[in-house]
Amino acid sequence: MAKHNGPEVSTVRAAKHGGLLTLFFSILSIIWIFPLLVVVLNSFKLKAYIFRYPFGISSKSIAEGWDNFVAGAQKIFCGWLNYGNAIEKTNFWNSFGNSLFITVGAVCAIILCCSMCAWYIVRVNTIGTKIMYLLCLFSMIVPFQMVMFTLSKFANMLHLSNPIGIIVVYLGFGAGLSVFMFTGFVKSISLEIEEAAMIDGCSPLQTFFLIVFPILKPTTVTVAILEAMWVWNDYLLPSLVLNVNKYKTIPIAIQYLKQSHGQVDWGAMMAVLVLAILPIVIFYIICQKYIIEGVLAGAVKG
Amino acid sequence: MEKGIRKYFVIFALPTMIAFTIGFIAPFIYGIFLSFCKFTTVTDWKWVGFENYTKIFFINGNLDTSFIHSIWYTALFTVVSVLIINVVAFAIAMALTKGIKGTNLFRTVFFLPNLIGGIVLSYIWLMIFNAILQRFDMTIVTSQWTAFWGLIAVVCWQQIGYMMIIYIAGIQNIPGELIEAAKIDGANAWQLLRNVTLPMLMPTITICSFLTLTNGFKLFDQNLALTGGNPGKLSQLLALNIYDTMYGTTGWQGVGQAKAVIFFILVALISVTQNKLTTSKEVKG
Repeated sequence: MAKHNGPEVSTVRAAKHGGLLTLFFSILSIIWIFPLLVVVLNSFKLKAYIFRYPFGISSKSIAEGWDNFVAGAQKIFCGWLNYGNAIEKTNFWNSFGNSLFITVGAVCAIILCCSMCAWYIVRVNTIGTKIMYLLCLFSMIVPFQMVMFTLSKFANMLHLSNPIGIIVVYLGFGAGLSVFMFTGFVKSISLEIEEAAMIDGCSPLQTFFLIVFPILKPTTVTVAILEAMWVWNDYLLPSLVLNVNKYKTIPIAIQYLKQSHGQVDWGAMMAVLVLAILPIVIFYIICQKYIIEGVLAGAVKG
Repeated sequence: MEKGIRKYFVIFALPTMIAFTIGFIAPFIYGIFLSFCKFTTVTDWKWVGFENYTKIFFINGNLDTSFIHSIWYTALFTVVSVLIINVVAFAIAMALTKGIKGTNLFRTVFFLPNLIGGIVLSYIWLMIFNAILQRFDMTIVTSQWTAFWGLIAVVCWQQIGYMMIIYIAGIQNIPGELIEAAKIDGANAWQLLRNVTLPMLMPTITICSFLTLTNGFKLFDQNLALTGGNPGKLSQLLALNIYDTMYGTTGWQGVGQAKAVIFFILVALISVTQNKLTTSKEVKG
């Protein structure tokens, strides 16, 4: 703030300003995560009381005396009951395993295949590779609804309706963005290192895995994060491609919890939402720096 | 060197090409073909020409406004969400680049909802909205407008943090000397914003606007989980309208596919416009 006003005035003003802003954003941050806090709180309440006392912690007001207040709290809270229900009704660990397997598998497949393909496209200059590149660009502007019907039918016909098969589908539908991002980076790598490696007797495979792939690391991290966020949270593609009676991912399991029983069990719903968010929050706290950088790079390039 | 690599086509490029063909090229081409057919699965098609396309707007000679309603509902939703998300994200980004205490923590908190998927996110908000609205004897699907503002709140909560990150990066890229020079020349805060910050941020603004624009246009999960298109089909955004036509009514798969082709053309037009704008408006240097 206005540094040329003289040091004393400006520091005082900046501090005052900064303090107010910090206060304002502290409050805003709490409002921001308030929905998540409410879900955690409600996941421990009996389902009958969730909508009756959605934001409170007791059925009695504290004005009615402390003992009443505690009794009211004991009435509406039920410990881990909802979690047991939720895990049983949604077969949660199964869905969690499917989600994890599909996400890890798809991300690994995409990184490996797309980086190799991108390197090939850049280093081999033919009409074929140019067309491949243009098709990848084109696929980025096609919304999923355009291909959802035919894609899910083809996947069924090719027996890809299982967690391993869907990885192929993800590789195919996600190839556009990933190949695009990898080619962007490969183009900036100088040819000399690779040529030197080849003269020293490296095969193209050795050159790629020993020289090129390590250099690609920043893009690899970006692609991994973007694709992981996409696959982990995706609902429509797996719900159409997978045989959902046998294999559910977490978003599908949640959607089925809502649809399958006439009356939604909001207690179980709250618990399953907490279980779904928890791994994301943990992952976010551990890899925050990479996630934010990855998302930023993805937005600017894509 | 090039020839040496070319021999390795099968290892390097073929796996991706096969998956890309299964996952994109074949479904895309066949999808366009099927939009001119009557079918219930991919093998029992019967060529019907443009019938599917006319059926989008006319049923038995009568005008059917459901798709048109969905188009303008989506357009309105997109415009409102683009404006709110970008203005708020920009304002937060401006404040969080002033070096106030706790900046990192705030950034972390605001960005968090972006990582949570549309389905999970929507059920969180469905509970909150219905808990509040029940006091007024309403639910989120009481009218298409409660649904509308509910959807807006959800996408804002999800995307403001994301756009904020991009805006922060953009603001930090503005050279400090430029701001200093303008201040020395006596520019006030408003002039600084209007004549220095905003013009320098044009590329960022374009990126963010189009990201939110396409996100709004393609929104599906939140729409399905939060409102399910209710009441009636009045809160169906385009993507859900297509899904509903395709899987909700038997015999209408062709019409759904034709709608999808129109949807693709709309999204493609937006993307091409974005590309034109970003390449022409980028500040050179």
